[in-house]
Amino acid sequence: MPIDRAFVGRAYPASTPYEVGREHVRSFADAIGDPNPLYRDREAAQAAGHPDVVAPPTFLTVLTNRFGGEGPIADPGLGLDYALVVHGEQHFALHRPVHVGDVLSSTVTVADVKDVGRNESMTLLTEVTDAGGAPVATLTTTIVSSGTAAPKTEA
Amino acid sequence: MPALADVQVGTALPEQTFPVTRHTLVLYAGASGDSNVIHWNERIAKAVGLPDVIAHGMLTMAEAARVVTDWAGDPGRVESYGVRFSRPVVVPDDDAGATLVVSGVVEELLDGGRVRVVLTATSGEQKVLARANAVVRLG
Repeated sequence: MPIDRAFVGRAYPASTPYEVGREHVRSFADAIGDPNPLYRDREAAQAAGHPDVVAPPTFLTVLTNRFGGEGPIADPGLGLDYALVVHGEQHFALHRPVHVGDVLSSTVTVADVKDVGRNESMTLLTEVTDAGGAPVATLTTTIVSSGTAAPKTEA
Repeated sequence: MPALADVQVGTALPEQTFPVTRHTLVLYAGASGDSNVIHWNERIAKAVGLPDVIAHGMLTMAEAARVVTDWAGDPGRVESYGVRFSRPVVVPDDDAGATLVVSGVVEELLDGGRVRVVLTATSGEQKVLARANAVVRLG
């Protein structure tokens, strides 16, 4: 079933803020096998000019997973079959580094849905702001839904 | 961190090799919150047409970033980073798992002491990321 194009422009604000935790950043860095002290040691991070421990560049993917259940992909009205979905592209625009202690708000918007051959491509924008409302990051996520494009009529 | 004056278009970043085992996938599933079964359940991965369990694309993306962050020294200097997931990293159920090889080269010098780095990531001799590039501030 094709994705409902009427959802383009719809916004899904996260129900709660997300606080970046020290142990979460450490366990994320452990999981990606990165021993960088700036992901673990507050003094090392401060010596490099940061207020606290830094999160890895792709850390904000945890927001996507934390709030995925209340976003467009989980919206039954959208008509997406998650079993047919693969992650096509991902981009992070990091307006500033993410630090332990940041309290982040996020809103996912359906930016685009289009046919790509027999598949459909959906682009989601996640705008992340800090407790003061200042921009922190913009995530652009493109997912591909296999074989769900509406059949084409012969021209 | 490299001195900005020493960096030119074509400057190569040190290549790195990352092992990706089923253990890595379990750790990443927990830390990232991505519990999609195709990253840990061989039965379901094969049922949906995959050759075996595959790595999270975001894990591959995170590991590839390390070529940039280790080079820059401070990961907070990465201003943007994007990839296209062109092919899955297949992770067999053995002790060796898969191997991800990532290299990078400076493609463009930007204003404000920033450079654009293009990354190449392969597993089993096949490219697993396309259009992988990062902007990092060196100055």
